[in-house]
Amino acid sequence: MMNNSGASAAGSSSGSGEGQAPRRNSKRPKYSRFTQQELPACKPILTPRWVISVFTLVGIIFVPIGLVSLMASRDVVEIVDRYDSACVPPNMTDDKVAYAQNAAIDKTCTRILKVPKDMDQPIYVYYQLDNFYQNHRRYVKSRNDEQLMSAKKANDSSGCDPEATTGNGTIVPCGLIAWSLFNDTYSFIHGNKNITVNKHNISWKSDRDHKFGKDVYPKNFQNGALIGGAKLDPKKSLSEQEDLIVWMRTAALPTFRKLYGRIEVDLKANDTITVTLKNNYNTYSFNGKKKLVLSTTSWLGGKNDFLGIAYLTVGGLCFFLATAFTVVYLVKPRKLGDPSYLSWNRNPQGH
Amino acid sequence: MARGRRRKFHVSKLYSFACVRPKFEEDHSQLGGPGFSRVVSANDPEDAINLSYGSNYVSTTKYTLATFIPKSLFEQFRRVANIYFLISGCLSFTPLAPYTAWSAVFPLIVVIGATMAKEAVEDWRRSQQDTEVNNRKVKVHQGDGNFDYTEWKKLRVGNIVKVDKDEFFPADLILLSSSYENAICYVETMNLDGETNLKLKQSLEATSIFQSDSSFKDFKAIIRCEDPNASLYSFVGSMEHDDKQYPLSPQQLLLRDSKLRNTDYVYGAVIFTGHDTKVMQNATSPPSKRSKIERKMDKIIYLLLSALVLISAVGSIFFGIATHDDLEDGKMKRWYLRPDQSKIYFDPNRAPAAAVLHFLTAMILYGYFIPISLYVSIEIVKVLQAIFINQDIQMYHEESDKPAHARTSNLNEELGQVDTILSDKTGTLTCNSMEFIKCSIAGTAYGHGVTEVERAMTRTKGTPLINELDDEDHEENHVDAKSAIKGFNFEDRRIMNQNWVNEPHADAIQKFFRLLAICHTCIPEADKDSGKISYEAESPDEAAFVIAARELGFEFYQRTQTSISLHELDPMSGRTVERSYRLLNILEFSSSRKRMSVIVQDEEGKLLLLSKGADSVMFERLAKNGREFEEKTKEHLNEYADAGLRTLVLAYRELDEEEYMTFNKKFMAAKNLVSADRDEKIEEAADMIERDLILLGATAVEDKLQVGVPECIDKLAQAGIKIWVLTGDKMETAINIGFSCSLLRQGMNQIIITLETPEIIGLVKSGNKDAIAKASKDSVIHQIREGRKLISSSSAESFALIIDGKSLTYALEDGVKDMFLQLAIGCASVICCRSSPIQKALVTRLVKTGTRKVTLAIGDGANDVGMLQEADIGVGISGAEGMQAVMSSDVAIAQFRFLERLLLVHGHWCYRRISSMICYFFYKNITFGLTLFLFEAYASFSGQPAYNDWFMSFYNVFFTSLPVIALGVFDQDVSARFCLKFPMLYQEGVQNVLFSWTRLLSWMFNGILNAIAILFFCTSAFQHQAFRKGGEVVGFEVLGATMYTCVVWVVNCQMALSVSYFTLIQHIFIWGGVALWYLFLLVYGAIIPTISTTAFMVFVEALAPAPSYWIVTLFVVLATLIPYFAFAAIQMRFFPMYHNMVQWIRLEGRADDPEYCQVVRQRSVRPTTVGVSARLDKVSQLITRKVHHAVHSL
Repeated sequence: MMNNSGASAAGSSSGSGEGQAPRRNSKRPKYSRFTQQELPACKPILTPRWVISVFTLVGIIFVPIGLVSLMASRDVVEIVDRYDSACVPPNMTDDKVAYAQNAAIDKTCTRILKVPKDMDQPIYVYYQLDNFYQNHRRYVKSRNDEQLMSAKKANDSSGCDPEATTGNGTIVPCGLIAWSLFNDTYSFIHGNKNITVNKHNISWKSDRDHKFGKDVYPKNFQNGALIGGAKLDPKKSLSEQEDLIVWMRTAALPTFRKLYGRIEVDLKANDTITVTLKNNYNTYSFNGKKKLVLSTTSWLGGKNDFLGIAYLTVGGLCFFLATAFTVVYLVKPRKLGDPSYLSWNRNPQGH
Repeated sequence: MARGRRRKFHVSKLYSFACVRPKFEEDHSQLGGPGFSRVVSANDPEDAINLSYGSNYVSTTKYTLATFIPKSLFEQFRRVANIYFLISGCLSFTPLAPYTAWSAVFPLIVVIGATMAKEAVEDWRRSQQDTEVNNRKVKVHQGDGNFDYTEWKKLRVGNIVKVDKDEFFPADLILLSSSYENAICYVETMNLDGETNLKLKQSLEATSIFQSDSSFKDFKAIIRCEDPNASLYSFVGSMEHDDKQYPLSPQQLLLRDSKLRNTDYVYGAVIFTGHDTKVMQNATSPPSKRSKIERKMDKIIYLLLSALVLISAVGSIFFGIATHDDLEDGKMKRWYLRPDQSKIYFDPNRAPAAAVLHFLTAMILYGYFIPISLYVSIEIVKVLQAIFINQDIQMYHEESDKPAHARTSNLNEELGQVDTILSDKTGTLTCNSMEFIKCSIAGTAYGHGVTEVERAMTRTKGTPLINELDDEDHEENHVDAKSAIKGFNFEDRRIMNQNWVNEPHADAIQKFFRLLAICHTCIPEADKDSGKISYEAESPDEAAFVIAARELGFEFYQRTQTSISLHELDPMSGRTVERSYRLLNILEFSSSRKRMSVIVQDEEGKLLLLSKGADSVMFERLAKNGREFEEKTKEHLNEYADAGLRTLVLAYRELDEEEYMTFNKKFMAAKNLVSADRDEKIEEAADMIERDLILLGATAVEDKLQVGVPECIDKLAQAGIKIWVLTGDKMETAINIGFSCSLLRQGMNQIIITLETPEIIGLVKSGNKDAIAKASKDSVIHQIREGRKLISSSSAESFALIIDGKSLTYALEDGVKDMFLQLAIGCASVICCRSSPIQKALVTRLVKTGTRKVTLAIGDGANDVGMLQEADIGVGISGAEGMQAVMSSDVAIAQFRFLERLLLVHGHWCYRRISSMICYFFYKNITFGLTLFLFEAYASFSGQPAYNDWFMSFYNVFFTSLPVIALGVFDQDVSARFCLKFPMLYQEGVQNVLFSWTRLLSWMFNGILNAIAILFFCTSAFQHQAFRKGGEVVGFEVLGATMYTCVVWVVNCQMALSVSYFTLIQHIFIWGGVALWYLFLLVYGAIIPTISTTAFMVFVEALAPAPSYWIVTLFVVLATLIPYFAFAAIQMRFFPMYHNMVQWIRLEGRADDPEYCQVVRQRSVRPTTVGVSARLDKVSQLITRKVHHAVHSL
């Protein structure tokens, strides 16, 4: 209550004692537009004009963007071929898991693809997996970034369980992600010529340069009790193992594509391409689909009409709203600020 | 009883001019007993008992260096939300954590750190003050008669100190002697009670001879006294000196923090030090109040916590099922997760356990539902708001040099929701400057002055014109009413300029004014140059009396211990003579006695008892032969009360020697008692002598209305705020003040509840207490019933309830109070007169709990303290009446009229700001938190967050926090001018439309919609295809960063849409928040990948060069906001709220169109409204009706 009496006393005594002296320490607040809360300000109100112009403007921006995006998406030529069930020999369709897990069976499979439209190089080759949770917490965390980056940390495998060590020592690269590396392979024949698939620079440059060390080599990889996916060439450093680098960038959604390589020849409409693939990767356990995708790109990326359609829809909706508001404002002009719309005037008793 | 209301708390007083030195009598039985155990050996500080008392070191800090951390942490974690964050912070160090521990703990550390830093700064300031005070120097006796400077903190009990002029007393001292011969000294107690007048203290005669430093060489005394307590105005003790005992009273006590004035030096013995001093004992913290909004906010937090539990549980169930399915008969389904070699967290064999653990993970992950920075942001915002209130130049009072002061900042928004104002009258509505205006002497009324109330009444009764609406004419009253002499506005030729000698009852007039000049406790102060005498009075009405006596020729010019001297006219000789009266006793004023008397002996040796008091107590004490003018005087008293004046009745009697001796003996005995029933005994003695009085007449003093009060009340009434006046005045005065400040008007039905009915009075005479109580209660109940019947029978009329203190006692009883409240709510204005402080507090509580609406109490005196503390908001008027009210208030203003701006402008703004801010806070956190949850649906509820750890941590702290704070500090729906022009805007707060559950839930719903939109649009746009020309596909990090970008944009743009006052600051904060996000992405992305993990180079390499990123962002942000925008447009146009309409009016420039504004404002005037404009409306209605009628009858 009076805990600050000491200091305030010192202050007030000069004021009250010698009342006639000019008030040097008047308590009058200083005037400024800031302290008086009178700063210049824009006070936007949603007037009919504003509302209609905003909707119109959004419409005007959205529709062209939508059209351009849709065109870009339509320009992209995409061949998608699901091969996971087709590549299982007829006698094993009942037990696909056993087929996949049996190393003795030759997994080679041949697919014929037809080019629907002209495809200009570069044509990107993807594999697409379905129902594969690369974003599972256990999976995402099962890696060791420091080990991947520098040879000094080769023995650091924390967080990699249960793929951290084998009897011979630390696994490099350790963890479930690396262990489950995708191991189907594809080769393409166009007419009777082999098409080379360029597998260079299919990963992010920052990954090659900063996340996967040039002096880190695979060690003890895939020689545990249970073999997961692909094996790695122990003589190539991790920064050169681009398939691994691509795989290690985990996907956000359970359906995802990963870049396999680039075909650097043009394909003409109605060309047929023979794909010879090794159907090694086991997606049968978890009912995942496997697809091979060949796709060109536009400035916007791959084929997806969603963005274009969405832009057009919302743009159209904005035009509609603009018109609707115009009509309503014209048909039913309300006297602004009419207080009879106030809730407490409508029912004076109710509060 | 008017004049003494402020003194109710100052009972027993510092002024007891005990004229005969009391002898010590042996009934100090209480000393030494419990509560009275202190023993001090004066001048012997090394004495063992003295040493056992604490030092004079004072610490007002909340914390010490050692206790700061644990204590302030404890304070912090008393909040549920913070406990939750603490637990989740701890859990984040276990493998349960969905993200790294430090990113989880960081926001908590920032938030707690900020709050603790605030505490620390405040406490440091306090400790600075303490150090300053503790290190002040005072002269202390060092032994051998030497006095030397010592720091205050080193002072011990028993020290003898010498305090010089204008110095503060370092501890509670017993005055031993002073520079004056008679050992008196003057003390200013402004720091204790805010009173600027000087108080007189006097030491015991026995010690008054020690007047030099050296005389203390061998001084020894033992002081026995009460234990430390908080009562500033009582003290019980005794001093043993030279083997004699002397009683000690408050008269000898000098309190710490008061100041020595007009006295060169005093010597004193320290008896209470440090925290034992009375002023420190008083330093209790006022009850902490929390605003309704904050209490509701807690409920919302609980709601969100349960939503959190719910979605965590849902997630955990799905997770449990998915985990369980991973291993079937030893066959792994999702083999890449190695379910066969799993720890408990993901073990399919122990799926239920894994689900339970996952539940904890989910609780941590979805913690973003709870806005961690909410509390700290609100605190910051409120402090800034309070600064704005303090800085408002329009609430600064030039004359008293006092700006408004928000003493607690946690009630700012409550100021915008006030439903009922409970106002004190004197000093609050009126300015507590008293003017002697009329008097009635020996049955003749004198004085021609016209009072404010009379003026207001003529104004009301006459036919007012419509143009009177603009309030100019109220102002002039205050200007022209300036009288030449402050406190004196008396005008009557008959008795002025010594003409009274020729009046029929000249001797009565002489006695009358002599009584006014003698019977008081003022101290005269002669101006050295002009010789003019001014008075230091305890209350303004007392000063008014002395001034009146002076102006009429009875100049009181000197007061000594034992005498009062006057310059007075001798009617015989016609010359001014000096007369001195020997002052024998003062029978002090108290609220129960309602009178004060002095006993004096005039120069002829006649013993006189002069008495003044309230009519209710005085008339019954008149002698049979003293009632000559009773009827006439009563008549005049009623007239005066009608004119809104405070009245006192004056009477005297002559005493014979013997009677006086008996009385004095009894009185002195009572006075020297050192026990709890002392006051009662004194009263008893006084009661014995104050009988058989002879009536002289009555005085009337005008209590002036404060500037702008009627206008302010009018505005508040238009804003729909109900105003109750609780006053100690008598009914007539209260009603008249009600009229003059427009709380009552002609044609209003007055429901008066009183016990002044003949039956009750008859019963009172019979004296059967039980019967009286029962009859009174029945009568009150009956009157309340009648009143309610009356109200329910008509809906168009407006009613006023007036109830007196006695009836209030019964109306506040348990069975009756609800009925009473119902009646009171039905009335437009309520006036409770003759109410005691406790009744004021009880009424406040009744309104607060009964209506569940926000109550605001406003008052200025010590008798309002209870009311101020009881109400939701207590507003203290920092006026003339001391500081108690201000000390216990939440907001202090200098004048009642500032209440208008405080409530209608600041209150409205703060309410709006805080409620928008909280709504927005929940919105933004739900938007963010829900995207996390929805993403889980794509990650088989494994608890993997969609965003990088540090993105999440910084969400509340950096990217979205500043705009909300800016909203909370700067936003205005309409400017101050419009707030005042359209008071009805205030109803938004009273009806709580901006913080209703509908509004809250729709904001939350908006958040849910936005989260769904963002997630759906982002995942659909970035499915699995390449997202840029180089063929790269969207990885985890790209999707996360894109979604996060969208969230930051959406919530900031939503903020931009909801702000209605866009200053540069808002622009900087809102767009700065977005810019900061990009900047952060750049900087964070450049840090080595082991730290930045998924954010490494993500912006520079992946996002920025990809057109699709920008196009998606643009689309998601606009598409997400369109629904809200359309909704706002529709609402603005077709279902506008009141502030929207005022905004329209401003936009259309029709604010200056008086007719139009009148139309808008008219809507707010309901038949039950009170106030000036309501009164005028009523009149104009009547006129139109009459015209209408006339036309019809033609």
